[in-house]
Amino acid sequence: MSKNLTHLQQLEAESIHIIREVASEFGNPVMLYSIGKDSAVMLHLARKAFYPAPPPFPLMHVDTTWKFREMIEFRDKMAAECGLDLIVHVNEEGVRQGISPFTHGSSLYTDIMKTEGLKQALDRYKFDAAFGGARRDEEKSRAKERIFSFRSANHRWDPKLQRPELWNLYNTRIKPGESIRVFPISNWTELDVWQYIHLEDIPIVPLYFAAVRPVVERDGMLIMVDDERLELKPGETVQYKSVRFRTLGCYPLTAAVESEATTLPQIIQEMLLTRTSERQGRLIDHDSAGSMEKKKQEGYF
Amino acid sequence: MAHQSELIEDDILAYLKSHEEKTMLRFITCGSVDDGKSTLIGRLLWDSKMVFEDQLESLEADSKKVGTQGGAIDYALLLDGLQAEREQGITIDVAYRYFSTEKRKFIVADTPGHEQYTRNMITGASTAQVAIILVDARKGLLTQTRRHSYLVSLVGIKHIVLAVNKMDLIDFNQEKFEAIRNDYEQFAASLGFGDITAIPLSALGGDNMIEPSANTPWYEGPTLMNYLENVPVAGDSRAEQFRMPVQWVNRPHLDFRGFCGTIASGTIRQGDELRVAASGQMGRVARIVTMNGDLPEATAGQAITLTLEDEIDISRGDMLSSPDAPPTYARHPEAHLVWMHDEPLQPGQIYLVKTATAVTPGRVTAVQYAVDVNTLEQKQVPTLKLNEIGVARLELDRPISFDPYRQNRHTGSFILIDRFSNATVAAGMIIGTTPMESPLTAKRAERSDSDSGLPKRINLSEAAAGSAGVSVVDLTGEWGALEFDVSTSFLDYLGKGNRILFRLRDVEQLQAVALLAYDHTLSFEFDRTTEGVSILLFMRGIRSGSRLSGDDGIGI
Repeated sequence: MSKNLTHLQQLEAESIHIIREVASEFGNPVMLYSIGKDSAVMLHLARKAFYPAPPPFPLMHVDTTWKFREMIEFRDKMAAECGLDLIVHVNEEGVRQGISPFTHGSSLYTDIMKTEGLKQALDRYKFDAAFGGARRDEEKSRAKERIFSFRSANHRWDPKLQRPELWNLYNTRIKPGESIRVFPISNWTELDVWQYIHLEDIPIVPLYFAAVRPVVERDGMLIMVDDERLELKPGETVQYKSVRFRTLGCYPLTAAVESEATTLPQIIQEMLLTRTSERQGRLIDHDSAGSMEKKKQEGYF
Repeated sequence: MAHQSELIEDDILAYLKSHEEKTMLRFITCGSVDDGKSTLIGRLLWDSKMVFEDQLESLEADSKKVGTQGGAIDYALLLDGLQAEREQGITIDVAYRYFSTEKRKFIVADTPGHEQYTRNMITGASTAQVAIILVDARKGLLTQTRRHSYLVSLVGIKHIVLAVNKMDLIDFNQEKFEAIRNDYEQFAASLGFGDITAIPLSALGGDNMIEPSANTPWYEGPTLMNYLENVPVAGDSRAEQFRMPVQWVNRPHLDFRGFCGTIASGTIRQGDELRVAASGQMGRVARIVTMNGDLPEATAGQAITLTLEDEIDISRGDMLSSPDAPPTYARHPEAHLVWMHDEPLQPGQIYLVKTATAVTPGRVTAVQYAVDVNTLEQKQVPTLKLNEIGVARLELDRPISFDPYRQNRHTGSFILIDRFSNATVAAGMIIGTTPMESPLTAKRAERSDSDSGLPKRINLSEAAAGSAGVSVVDLTGEWGALEFDVSTSFLDYLGKGNRILFRLRDVEQLQAVALLAYDHTLSFEFDRTTEGVSILLFMRGIRSGSRLSGDDGIGI
């Protein structure tokens, strides 16, 4: 008898199955690409699913205009390398109103630039399915999230309207205007993602690796000074430290960790020995209990 | 998180290498809060060090605020999800938890115990390979133990852990444990499990969870973690016949035509011969293509792309199989249905039937019986309501390829979708074809031999062997002239008030049915439907037997 499938082989196969099912059953799918490590794995799986053809859907990035510069460079390079159309959507209304994480608070800012921006983009291009790189182990409220998550015409997520998911048979039926968010790596953990990146040699944004970077200490977190828009508060000074990021988002909202890990094995080693979960570095999760759930109901990923 | 700290610190590459070889196990836990189910799962997560410091902080805070352990750590709160549920003190769905050890990654389907239980448990169990059935050592087997066991067996789980929990409350008494185990083995003998492993536990105290407990020196079996890490499951679908539903046809350019899908069972190698289940066409595997290079072989569970040496017409919805053992290809499956929606089943109404290969419109023609999940008794019912389970006959608009669920969980399962609300209303597990269909499909296959101009003879006694109510004779696959062979059993069947529904390809076939009615003094009703013509044949003056069955004999 041949060798047993490893857990990564099984996870990979499940994800590829899901991605192919969406391509088969939806008229206008899109892959939401957040440029982070989970997106990197998702994109890699999509390439494997359709090899030797490129994936039959575009990538879309909802750009808040506050992403790390290295993320944007990486995004453009990857899309070109994979032969995929890249749609970049910015909430121009938010830009006109001058919405920024500094002046409007993380919650309102995220709502307008990310959640609203995403809804605008989905409406504008009339996508009926959108892949996202969320995982169930990230946060408690996601443990019950479906792989095919149903959204009403106004993008609301209603726990009561979610469909039971049996075997690997996914109900993809929707009415005009409704859509489905699909999470092909739902069953992956943070460790699985890193191990797979290591094993398959998947390119990731250099920010995940430690390097000396300019940071300020703010509310107990290290925030990188990625451009001149970060204004120093009284008493703050720019320090140069060897830091890296466990999760990537908008630079003013993403805390760096001090680290010397410059290789993937070192990153994994550090992750395994650490005592806090990865979302701890995201400021928006600290708002209130059940905050992710509220955001999800409103249409945030 | 700090598991295997030493190896991680000393030699991360060796650690990574060892973890590349890990396998995966999906299991479900069945029991109520009272059995200590959430504590058991919380404990597994806890003991495998999958709880982070920030999660621990919120766990401590939550335990003080809403916990049920008087401010001490309430492991159950690790498992809570949605805020609304937490406030109501109930959970309403299936939640998935993850932990891993050196040997395996685990996915736990956690289902709550209340009135939605059947629906949620079937959902969680559908992807599980092992079920942990929790029993309170003080109470022994309960009605719910039987219910859980039946549902788990229905979904085809072969490996059972009987987790006899709260052993501390019966002083780790060996006789009581063995009595429960014997009771269970006796009860479960008819359910067809592969193996049953009973473990004396205290989830709260950690006895026999990870390490063998000093409190049960008489117990020589595995601890729970030990069992989960070692139970062999990979062979379950590997040795079977090859099946691959085609999910996607990959045509980047004219010189490449790849058939993509997930192997449902069996193994395929380069050069192997394949059969397209529906058309019977044969082909030979040229390549198994992946981005990391061609594979010499691929096996159950892998998502692959095949190219063939031959030009064969294959599309999404086809099933590829080994040449000598194709799946059934038919329109009338009989299946277990688990009803999952507030709106009850409407027999006769069109639903969408989604199987591994295709989405096909179809209807439930008859509910044979429902099963009481508590007593396992069969009862006659006109329909199925939320959380009810029954055996039903389906009629699909087109034939599909399938296997009995008992033989293959992937090619024997389906979901029913409401065409208007798009809700998933039921889960189905195919038992086989309905008794009257097989000979007709066999005849249809012989069609090419019967182009002699002579009328095709259709034997109707098989239709009469069907269950009470309405039997269906499908003539839509027949192209030539028809004659019917009529037996006394056929006339007896109609004489009891049963009816035969003929599905005709077109109105030309009506003459044969009309002659049949004329010869045997029968009546019929004519209907023009969207799919063609249907004729309901019956004996006038006889009350319909099927309507009586629901009346329990009153008024006969």
